[in-house]
Parts: sequence; C-alpha cells; structure tokens
Amino acid sequence: MSETRKSLFTEDAQTKARNRAERRFKGYGVAAIAAGLFFLLALLTTIVSNGTRAFTQTFLTVDIALEQTVIDEAEASFVKTSKYKAIVGAAMEAALEKAAIPTDMDQAALLKILSESAGSNLREFVLANENAIGETVSFNFLTSSRVDGYMKGRVVRADLERDKNLDAAHLDLVDQMIDAGLVERKFNWDFILGADASESRPEQAGIGVSMLGSFFMMLVVIGLSLPLGVAASIYLEEFAPKNRLVDLIEVNIANLAAVPSIVFGILGLAVFIQFAHLPQSAPLVGGLVLTLMTLPTVIISTRASLKSVPPSIRDAALGIGASKIQTVFHQVLPLAMPGILTGAIIGVAQALGETAPLLLIGMVGYIATNPPDGIVSGFMDPNSAMPAQIYEWAKRADPAYYERAWGGILILLAFLLVVNLAAIILRRRFERRW
Amino acid sequence: MSDLTIFALTLAIAVAGFVFGRRRAVVSASGDVRALHSLPAYYGYNTALWGLVPALLVLAVWSVVQPLILQVVVSGQLPDALIAEAGAVSLVMADVARVADGLDAVQAAGTLAVDALSNLDAGSTDVRALLGDVGVALGADVRPEVLEAAQSYRGLAGSATTAKWLVVLILSLIGTGWAYSKTDLNLRARNIVESGVLALLIGAASIAILTTLGIVLSLIFNTVEFFRLFPATDFFFGTTWQPSFSGRGGASQLGIIPLIWGTLYISFIALVVAVPTGLFAAIYLSEYAAKPVRTVAKPMLELLAGIPTIVYGLFALLTVGPLLVDIFGEGGLLGVGLMKGGTAVMTAGLVMGIMLIPFVSSLSDDIINAVPQALRDGSLGLGATKSETIRQVVLPAALPGIVGAILLAASRAIGETMIVVLGAGAAARMSVNPFEAMTTVTAKIVSQLTGDSDFSSPEALVAFALGITLFVLTLGLNVLALYIVRKYREQYE
Repeated sequence: MSETRKSLFTEDAQTKARNRAERRFKGYGVAAIAAGLFFLLALLTTIVSNGTRAFTQTFLTVDIALEQTVIDEAEASFVKTSKYKAIVGAAMEAALEKAAIPTDMDQAALLKILSESAGSNLREFVLANENAIGETVSFNFLTSSRVDGYMKGRVVRADLERDKNLDAAHLDLVDQMIDAGLVERKFNWDFILGADASESRPEQAGIGVSMLGSFFMMLVVIGLSLPLGVAASIYLEEFAPKNRLVDLIEVNIANLAAVPSIVFGILGLAVFIQFAHLPQSAPLVGGLVLTLMTLPTVIISTRASLKSVPPSIRDAALGIGASKIQTVFHQVLPLAMPGILTGAIIGVAQALGETAPLLLIGMVGYIATNPPDGIVSGFMDPNSAMPAQIYEWAKRADPAYYERAWGGILILLAFLLVVNLAAIILRRRFERRW
Repeated sequence: MSDLTIFALTLAIAVAGFVFGRRRAVVSASGDVRALHSLPAYYGYNTALWGLVPALLVLAVWSVVQPLILQVVVSGQLPDALIAEAGAVSLVMADVARVADGLDAVQAAGTLAVDALSNLDAGSTDVRALLGDVGVALGADVRPEVLEAAQSYRGLAGSATTAKWLVVLILSLIGTGWAYSKTDLNLRARNIVESGVLALLIGAASIAILTTLGIVLSLIFNTVEFFRLFPATDFFFGTTWQPSFSGRGGASQLGIIPLIWGTLYISFIALVVAVPTGLFAAIYLSEYAAKPVRTVAKPMLELLAGIPTIVYGLFALLTVGPLLVDIFGEGGLLGVGLMKGGTAVMTAGLVMGIMLIPFVSSLSDDIINAVPQALRDGSLGLGATKSETIRQVVLPAALPGIVGAILLAASRAIGETMIVVLGAGAAARMSVNPFEAMTTVTAKIVSQLTGDSDFSSPEALVAFALGITLFVLTLGLNVLALYIVRKYREQYE
C-alpha cells in the first residue's frame, strides 16, 4: 500500500499503460477500416482514370472525292483494300496541301498515321452507298493506336525510336494536323457497340459483341436458375421431411456454394462439351455452367425469404381449405417474391462478373468479331463474354489493349451497379417487415 | 428433327391437352363446375402433365444414352489392329466422332450430295481436305476403317434419331389421350396434379446432388484416365512441373508440389493481409464505431466483395505489379533488386488479400455481434477496459467462428483463379522469395485446358487431377470450418 493519497482522477502508471493499450487497440481498428477504404479508393481511381480514356478515340477527317473510274479500277484489282488505301492516301495528301501543311512524306508513310482499317472502311462505305459515287464525302478514319496513344499521352516521342511503324516526324505532322482541325479526339461509340479486332488493331476493338454474349448467357442463367432455385427452395423449406436424403441435399448445397468457380468450369468442360457434345464457346454452355454456379446462391436467399413469411399466413390459407400446394403457390410465394427476386438478381450479378469457368469452355481465345444473327445463333454460335473479353485484352500485352481492358471494366462495373441498384430498390420498395 | 422441334411439338400437344381436358371435365359435370371434384383448370393441367412429363423424360434419357450405346456398338466394329496401333479404343473413337461430325458439317454445307457423301471412299477422295473446307481440322489423313466406322456411326445415329422422335411424340399422344379418357367429374385431378408438382420440386432440389455428382464423376473419370498414362507417385511427389507439348516431344514432368507450394504461399500472403485488416475492421465496426460510421463504412467495405475477380486481376497485373517493381525491383526505391517482373507471389497475394478483407470482416462481424451483451457488461463491470473486454472476453467467445471464417477465406484464396492467372506468373518454381513469379494449381488448370478439346494427352488430363486436388482441398477446408464452428460454438440462452 502506498502512503500517498491520490485523487481518483490522476492516472497511475498502470492505468496509463492500460489506457494507452486501449487507444492503441482502437487505433488498429481505425487503421484497418482506413486501409480497407484506401484500397477501395485506389482500385476505383485506377479503374476510372485508366478506363475513361478508352471511350474516346482519335479520328482523322478527310474529304474524298469518290470517282467512278478510280473505284472501278480498285474493284478490278486483286488486292482491293490496298487500292482503296491508295485513294485514302491521295486524299490525305490533298488535305495536307489544302491546310498548307508542308510534308516530304510519301503516301505509304502518311498512311501509317491511320489505322489499317481505313481502306476496308472506305470500301465498305462505297459498296453500301453506291449512289454516293461521284460526290465528295467527308470521312472520319480511325488513326493508328500509336497516334491515338500520343493524343492520350500514352506514347511520347522517345518511345518511337525503336518503332518500325511510326517515327517522331509523324507526330510532328500530327501536331500540325491537330492545329488545322484535321485530327480530333472524339467519343467512340464503336468501343461500346463494336466487335473485337485482331491483335494488331487495338484502335478498332470494341466490347459490343461480347456484351451480347454476356446477355444471352444471362438469359440462360435467369431462365434456369430462377425456376430451379425457387422450386428447390420451396421443396426444402415447405415440404421436405427430415430424413437422410434431405440432409444430404442441404449439405450439398452448402458445400457447392463454396466450391471454387474454376471447378464448375471443369464440370462444364467435361459434362457439356466432352460428354454432351455441345458447341464450344457457346453462350448456352456458359449460361449452363454459370447456372450451376449461381444455383446455391439463389437457393440460399430464396429459402431465407420463404422463411420470413410468417406461419400465420399459411395457417389461414390451410384453415379455409386450401391444399398445401395451393397455400404455397397462391399465398407464400407471392409474398416472398421481392426477396426471391433480390436474391436472384444478386446471383445474376455474380454470374455476370465471373470469368474463370468461361476460360475452360473456350470463351477466351475466340475473337468475337461477328455479332450473332438471330436468337438461336445468339445461344449456339461461339461468342465471348464481357469479363472473358477483358481477360483476352489483358493477355495481349499491348498498352493500347490494356486501356481497352480498363474501359471494358468500367462498362462491366456500370452493368453491375445497375443490377445491384435494381436489387436494392426492389428490396426497399417491396420488402415487408412482419 | 432436332430436339428443339420435338420439344415444341410435345408442348403443343400438352397445350391442346389442357384445353380439351378442361372442356371435357366441364362437359361431364354438364356445365356445373360445383359438381367437379377439383377446379376445372386442374383437369386441364392433369391432361397436359400426362402428355408432357413422360415424353420429355424419355427424350432426355434417350438423348443422353443414345451416344453412349452408339459408341459401344461402333467401337465393337473397329478392327483390333487399328485399336492396337492407336493404343486405346477411346482415341480411335475420338477420331471416328470427329470424322462423323465433319461429314455432318459437309452435308449441312451442301458441298456434296447426300448419295455421294454416303459412298465416300477414303482411297479416292481426300476426306481430310474435304472436312478441312467446312472447318473441321483433322490431325492426320482419314483411314478407310475410320471412315467406315464414321459412316456406320452416322447411319445408326440417323435411324436412332428418327426412332427417338417417333417414340417421344407417340408417348406424348398416348399420355394425353389416356388422361383425357379418364377425365370426368369424379377424377381427383387436383391430387394427381399436386403430387406431380411435388415430384417436380423434388427433382429441382436434387439438381444440387446431381451437380456434385457431375463434378466428382467428371473429375474422377478423367483423373483415372490420367493416372493410367502418368504414374500417380510422380504426380503427387514430383518436384518439377515441366509439361512438354506434343510438338516438342520428350516426356513431361508433372509434379504437383511446386504448384501446391505456389498456391499455399500466395494464399498465406493473402491471409496475412486480409485476416488482421478484416478482423480489426470487424472489431472496430461492431464494438467502437458510432452508428453513422458503421452505416457508411460497412457497405463501402462490402463493395470490395462485389467487384469481379477479373478487375482484381487487372489491378494486380497493371497497377500493383509495376508499383512493387518500383519499390523492390532493380534500381527501385529500396534498391534491393529482389523483384524482376511485375508478376510475383507478392503481387497476387496482396491483391487477393484486398479481395478477402470484406469476406473476413463481414463473417467476423456477424460472429462478434452474436456474442451476448451480458458477457461484455460483466467484464466492463469488473473494471476491464473496452479493449481488454474484447481481447479477453469477446474474442475467446467468438474464436471458433473466427477460425471458421479464416478457414473459409483460405479456401477462397486457394480456389481463386483470375488474380493468380494475371498476377502470379506462369513459372512453376519453389522459392522462398515472395518477389519471384510462381504459379498455382488454378492457374495451371487454366493453362492446360484453355482452347484444348482433345483430352487424350496426359498434358491435358493433368488438369483434372489438379482439379480434384483443388476440390478435395477446398472441400476439406469448408467441412473443417463448419465442424469447428458447430463443435466449439458456445450455446447462449
């Protein structure tokens, strides 16, 4: 016992230490939350700052006089697009002359500023609009991915020293063309709506076709996992007796929810492709695999919302003579529907962002260049899906494609946001508290 | 006739059955529906179900069984010499199936008349080139025996398909007709329909079992096939992973140990990041945070869980990897020169850790909240500070649940694919330097199976053996987690 009397309010050494420990402990908690939020912020800023650039693209505007004789000559030649390219090249020379920009480059060197696709774009336009022949039409051609990168600050002159396609002189020319208003960065709808392009033409690639692939897959997922999941949950929640089989089903569902998604990909490969001979890369197969993957999620959330319907509703229905099935389908199910739909939507969101199983059933490595023509073709013809397309772009190891991958992620996240918001609104609007 | 057409026709018969069945019931009660045993619609449903369910069941079973039987029949016709030469029946049959598919494609493309197609002769026609034209690439020229088997396969398949649609449609008509003839006012239609509906519900619930069965069977069959071609001991105890693809020749070395090492190392780093952060975040949110902080911070953290893994993968590859190289790489901030490329164990582990934070935090949050307030009050009443209460009372009470949550997180980390495919690299090596590229089981499953539909080489089949290892590992962790939670959970009144 110490002799000196102290006020309760003066802290002795031990209390001080304990209080310090308390503050330290609380500090750890704050730091953990801060770290989590920091990571979220870092992730989102990276996505937004890298992704938004993919939505604009650099275009070159040239007027081309479409003359019948020149076009006939090009159509008669063996490599048609190269003749069309020459037409574009000549038009570029004329445009430079008109804007009083001096250059000593020949046509072939000038054309390197443009995307490889310029010639075929012109040809497609001519074939589609034959009555435009004889007039002068203003064209917007995509510039090559390096010029585009220069406009976006991704490519600097020093990078071009070892580049075979473009050198600093091109960029000087581009600078002058910007001043003359010939080269412009514009919003690029083709990125959102267009098709994937080959590895050497990142400026042309778009996510539109794989978006359709994802759309058809989600149709399969919704069409199968909702009815199957609801039916399974109704049985387990309302009818199932307590026996071995039902126990087995319950344990199975709990375990399936934790099986890695890649294993579902192996299942899809072995069962749907190897055994059932369904076509590879088809959205139908992707949808089936994702259905099996999301089914446990749907079942778990559906059971929760069936459970939340109070027993008095069932008792009332049974009391006035409804059969058990009638009670469930006429009373319980409609009341549980908002909760069920919320769960299903969350399941769909999970399926929409899933990539790993799609790698195994061939939805990667397939270049989605053609949109499906019709509903059956949408389900059965090879296609990609949004996350698979992003992975494909990330694998191509080209900064121009990395930019597109980030842009694709932005679109994917926008879809997920919409889907999740729908779930939240549905829950807020219709969910009842009993 | 395709399965889809058969399905549509059966459906049409069922709809007609509904209309007529309902009408017959109402007529049998001479228009007075009160005299019926069930509501009129039930008689319609009864007729429709009898037309639909048996026919569709037969259709489904037939579609699954037909190729199996055809395989057996056709492989019985193959000459033994051919099988002996190829090494296995399955290899020859794979060829036969490809040729048969190709011939179907030729017929669909219309390059050859049907007669000419069935009289093809491998000696006089270049079948390989013919099939190549319609997009079916073959590895070698088609041998006459294989072509013959493919032709007989197609012939059998054609007649079997005709038989199938005849049987299905007749069954549907018989079912509808029988139920229609039984329909009168005393038929207990509701009870029949309800037991049918219940059977459908049970069927839907069994899908879960079927999925598990499908996973296990597809893994086991292909793994057994793999171990027939490659010794199991070399797979489980081999320390080198060096698959050689058919073009290069030489034997592959497919030892799983370096992959397991990479998987565990990355998962370990992920858990080192995720567990303390997630746990402290959960403690702070449930014990300290004011309500407004909690309502904002909790959903924000959970946002991390809703982001698709491909996003994390890209984040690892393009942001975290280069950043780490800038710090730990040659001439980097620390000047240690440990890291050579952006893809490394550390890169994947860090990013995976970020992904797992909300997983750990929301699971632990639930568990901490389940500890009764009375325990906290008791401890605080004895004079313990808040942190002492948490460390000495709340956490011990919540420990089994937290251990369960950590095991679940570990199982997630082991099964994660996209982050490691993009962020960890492709080289299978065993090293203790976390800044070196290593690879995991999941990444190798992807690289061995992507774009490959030919499952006859050990290099492709090894993916199934890897898959079963992964499945058993994650399943084991999940079961262990559930067991710990159940066994050591404190029961509070």
